[in-house]
Amino acid sequence: MDLSKIFRAAVVATATATASLSAQAAEITGAGATFPYPIYSKWADSYKSETGNALNYASVGSGAGIKQIQAKTVTFGATDAPLTAEQLTKDGLAQFPMVMGAIVAVVNLEGVKAGELVLDGKTLGDIYLGTVKTWDDAAIKKLNPSVKLPSAPITVVRRSDGSGTSFNFTDYLAKANADWKSKVGVGQAVEWPVGVGAKGNEGIAGNVAQTKGSIGYVEYAYAKQNNLTYASMVNAAGKTVKPTMAAFQAAASNASWKAEDGFYQILTNQPGEASWPMTAATFILVYKDASDKAAVAEALKFFSWAYEKGGKSAEELDYIPMPANVVSLVKAMWAKDVKTK
Amino acid sequence: MTDMSVPAMTDRTKPLDRARALAAFKLGDSTFYWLTRASALIVLCLLGGIIISLIVGAWPAIKTFGLEFLVTRRWAPQLSPSPVLGALGPLYGTVVTSLIAMLIAVPVGIGIAIFLTEFCPPMLRRPVGVAIELLAGIPSIIYGMWGFFVLAPFMTEHFMPAVIATFAHVPVLNVIFAGPPSYLSLFNASLVLAIMILPFITAISRDVFQTVPPMLKESAYGLGCTTWEVVKNVVIPFTRAGVIGGIMLALGRALGETMAVTFIIGNSFQISGSIFSPGTTISAAIASEFAEASGVHMSALILLGLLLFVLTFFVLAAARLMLARLQQQQGK
Repeated sequence: MDLSKIFRAAVVATATATASLSAQAAEITGAGATFPYPIYSKWADSYKSETGNALNYASVGSGAGIKQIQAKTVTFGATDAPLTAEQLTKDGLAQFPMVMGAIVAVVNLEGVKAGELVLDGKTLGDIYLGTVKTWDDAAIKKLNPSVKLPSAPITVVRRSDGSGTSFNFTDYLAKANADWKSKVGVGQAVEWPVGVGAKGNEGIAGNVAQTKGSIGYVEYAYAKQNNLTYASMVNAAGKTVKPTMAAFQAAASNASWKAEDGFYQILTNQPGEASWPMTAATFILVYKDASDKAAVAEALKFFSWAYEKGGKSAEELDYIPMPANVVSLVKAMWAKDVKTK
Repeated sequence: MTDMSVPAMTDRTKPLDRARALAAFKLGDSTFYWLTRASALIVLCLLGGIIISLIVGAWPAIKTFGLEFLVTRRWAPQLSPSPVLGALGPLYGTVVTSLIAMLIAVPVGIGIAIFLTEFCPPMLRRPVGVAIELLAGIPSIIYGMWGFFVLAPFMTEHFMPAVIATFAHVPVLNVIFAGPPSYLSLFNASLVLAIMILPFITAISRDVFQTVPPMLKESAYGLGCTTWEVVKNVVIPFTRAGVIGGIMLALGRALGETMAVTFIIGNSFQISGSIFSPGTTISAAIASEFAEASGVHMSALILLGLLLFVLTFFVLAAARLMLARLQQQQGK
């Protein structure tokens, strides 16, 4: 056993000390993405009052979630950046989408109301590249002829930690902005050309709320809960769309989910006139042949409950529940691949 | 029989008892010796263990980047198959924030200590002293939050624009104080650091200033020295080693401080000349990226930790050397 593995295990162990210590009885432990944390905790509340079983979810980030499931300190891992079929086979993991959500660009501009400011992928990319530096730049003005824009500098806020939200966001920028693709690329942590780093969705939300003239990107629920001003986006079809449930669903409906490739699906920049361009699914990872099969069975019971009864509360928090046909595909995969006894 | 042999027995057993008692003392002493020695050795072992595990953890990164790691400005973990990672950004941020923090905290801290020992009315001495010590007890995240919610808006909206405007046409200074002001910046982090290390400098300086024999000071006053002259020529030279020790302790804290700095420095690996722009430090970079890193990226972060270790070591060694020099000069 080489030392770097010990290192990793130690880090993971400390990070989940609380989670693993309380891993007795009918308590389901999971760790990972911060993006779906609001809905997972809401589901956990209702699930606990209905069944008495508790879910202990550590919102530590997608990368950490993957690492923790690999270190087997949790029953399930959660990630926004799906693993490829190849990686899944290598680790013996099963992957399925749990819920979908949308990423929105949020701004802090005096006098600008939510949805008023319009951005497109090219301009958003240029802002994050640092080539568009001020709010009254011609590129932003062109998209917003009627909005009064200050000549203040733009403070770019992005994630300082590795993040699935960043993965989907940079994936969108790479699709919509050629410069972004060649200079920065796609990843959970990238070489950000400008801006300040904040930890977690909540970190970005806090920074944008605090900093005048700033722009950031967060999961829609975070924007809503923190009353942040989100921007409307021009989508792949060239239409301006607001972040609404209909726009998220339109983007999700274009995807074709397949169990064979671990439901690998990235939903950014989807075609369709009504599609919201920064939609993302968030995934769950469990071991196909886990050592504690009873725990996996408990976890699957919870997920099954969430698919069936969690749809309404998901929509209340502006997440998009998985369509029924995808759910039946997922359940078929569970029955076939995941051992619970 | 017993009665009769009592005097004889005592004569014979006396040296025997004494030897036994001495042996017991010896045993106790050597146990004590080994206990204390083991405690000291544990620290050494720990230190060695930390260094070894840091080197082992950092080895993949050392192998991949070599010495170039020290001079590379880029931090691009997303590039595949081989990310480009360099320590220059965090190193720069660590050195700059600690330097600015020391520039602010050392004069202020020593100033407070001088006031407390030389000028302060006794009634005020305790409350001020306790207040300073309480500063040291505040958890660092509280400093971070205060810096984020209170200090940053004030600095960005009032202080920084004024400074930027003032030095806009002065060469060199217009680069150091270049805009646009950022909420999260090297300068804000330095200010918070300065407040955090202030109590170390003040508390230690005050304690050593109190060790100056009153006779020395009073003789100086008797010769007609002003308070400033007494402080400059008697108090500080007498307590130099202690004061420098306090400063070094503070510097060590400043170099390694993590939570508060991560909160307000902006976590940006870019290096711009301006202290009003966001940056990062070694510990902030590790804190924000460690959980999500893997492979060479993880190893590079451990290497950063090793660099901080080396940096701190050299700073402390330099301080020792300086102290030794000073004492030698005094001897002459």
